[in-house]
Amino acid sequence: MADEPLVLGIETSCDETGVGIVRGTTLLADAIASSVDEHARFGGVVPEVASRAHLEAMVPTIERALATAGISARDLDGVAVTAGPGLAGALLVGVSAAKAYAYALGKPLYGVNHLASHICVDQLEHGPLPEPTMALLVSGGHSSLLLAPDITSDVRPLGATIDDAAGEAFDKIARVLHLGFPGGPVIDRLAREGDPAAIAFPRGLTGPRDAPYDFSFSGLKTSVARWIEAKRNAGEDVPVRDVAASFQEAVVDVLTRKAVRACRDEGVDHLMIGGGVAANSRLRAMAEERCSRAGITLRVPRPGLCTDNGAMVAALGAEMVARGRSASAWELSADSSLPVTDPHVPAHDAVHAHAHAHAAAHAAGAARR
Amino acid sequence: MLLLAVDTATPAVTVALHDGTRVVAEESDVDARRHGELLLPAVDRVLAAAGASPGDITDLVAGVGPGPYTGLRVGIATALTFGSVLGVPVRGLCTLDGLAYAAGLDTPFAVATDARRKEVYWARYADARHRVGEPAVDRPADIAEALAGLPIVGAGAALYPEAFPDAREPLHQSAAALAGLAAELLATGAGERGGAFLPPLPLYLRRPDAQVPKNYKVVTPT
Ligand SMILES: [Zn+2]
Repeated sequence: MADEPLVLGIETSCDETGVGIVRGTTLLADAIASSVDEHARFGGVVPEVASRAHLEAMVPTIERALATAGISARDLDGVAVTAGPGLAGALLVGVSAAKAYAYALGKPLYGVNHLASHICVDQLEHGPLPEPTMALLVSGGHSSLLLAPDITSDVRPLGATIDDAAGEAFDKIARVLHLGFPGGPVIDRLAREGDPAAIAFPRGLTGPRDAPYDFSFSGLKTSVARWIEAKRNAGEDVPVRDVAASFQEAVVDVLTRKAVRACRDEGVDHLMIGGGVAANSRLRAMAEERCSRAGITLRVPRPGLCTDNGAMVAALGAEMVARGRSASAWELSADSSLPVTDPHVPAHDAVHAHAHAHAAAHAAGAARR
Repeated sequence: MLLLAVDTATPAVTVALHDGTRVVAEESDVDARRHGELLLPAVDRVLAAAGASPGDITDLVAGVGPGPYTGLRVGIATALTFGSVLGVPVRGLCTLDGLAYAAGLDTPFAVATDARRKEVYWARYADARHRVGEPAVDRPADIAEALAGLPIVGAGAALYPEAFPDAREPLHQSAAALAGLAAELLATGAGERGGAFLPPLPLYLRRPDAQVPKNYKVVTPT
């Protein structure tokens, strides 16, 4: 529909320079430039390397997205950008470019939350989000369970990892197995040929007294590393496929178990899974199985929309425009630790009303627990 | 002509508009931690002060450093994006050249800015308009002898009085000087010919801090 908001979104919170263009919940363009290859030899994302790459890729990626969408920048209803959380220097490049872009065009600017964007992107795949939506966000940087009654104004954290993110655990195990970086895709591939029940690795934080929605992957990581080392020290071959499958099974089991439990406890019948780890084939399969048994509708975007991209930022920006949320000020700053409870960063004069709405939401959340 | 110059390579966040004859509006703030927040509102205010809108801009100039702050990229990202939207050329100028131009000296001198980590970014000048050689990054004590007897312009000089006894103004970069230099270079064509204009990308001079990890660390207790 032509009257739905046309929004360009810019994402630079980690190592992907993403620019997406959406009209309402329709994806028109999703341009990405990744610096992942430059980080591989360091075994992880190097912030300064990422920032340098963002600056060089920024304008070409914007221009590529516009050409793909076949629209004129003059027709945009707004420009959205990831204001946080993420790597400070990397965010700063995207925020600076988005501000200049919106300002030069005379369009409103929306600084939005990276995590809320990961949830909102599913609108491009499966249509408007049910309210509330339960979301499991799993990537190299985050592992969270979030309840989103309104993705533009009310996102409540139910639980998060207390140590490593799920994707970080994949990277670390891949390193122990000498499989390179990033670890997720290669472990997924090897695990398909392995036995997930071969080794009983521990399920973190699943005891009766543990926080029901928090995650911990550090103990699992150490346990897998010890198991591998014991094999090596004994001079035996490490059964890489079985280790990959059993490790992956432990991660995916905990993630899906807790997500389904959160849905049941909160009476929510939709579960959305996003973030780079949502591309994992075993996570998708187990979530599908457990959700259908529990009568929960599962929504997982295609892998390209699960990893960091500009389309997710545009999707949330379009929702901000559609719901009449306040635009951000030209003073908008990159906030590397922007709380998940702030789906966007409105201008100061709008902050007051916003803060009140938040206090109410928090009180409601606390009362329910 | 309406030239917009920005520079965020040093603690200064500085913006100026030049109409080909003179600087018509300028604004500077010194706050090394808030480049991202301060730059665009400053651009908005200088345009308003000049009664102009973004569409009136015909030329863009960004100070490309060297500079030690992540903020260095703020000015360049802003200029590059404006250039793309407005369809006007974006040129880079060495930040030290702006300080040299502002100093206005007609005898040899050097410019030094704070590179942090007990180092300075510096370059040598024959006069206010002519740099001799490329900018570099060094410890003050290591270049004190080579620059002995020369006036040293910029905050890097004031920070290390033992190495640089003859410190001169200005202390901070101003986009007004950068814009004045750019307008002069454009008018005479010397910028493109003489290589004073640089690509609008940062002069980092340092490699990113990143180490290839050592071999995997064993977790089994021994
Ligand atoms: Zn992400």
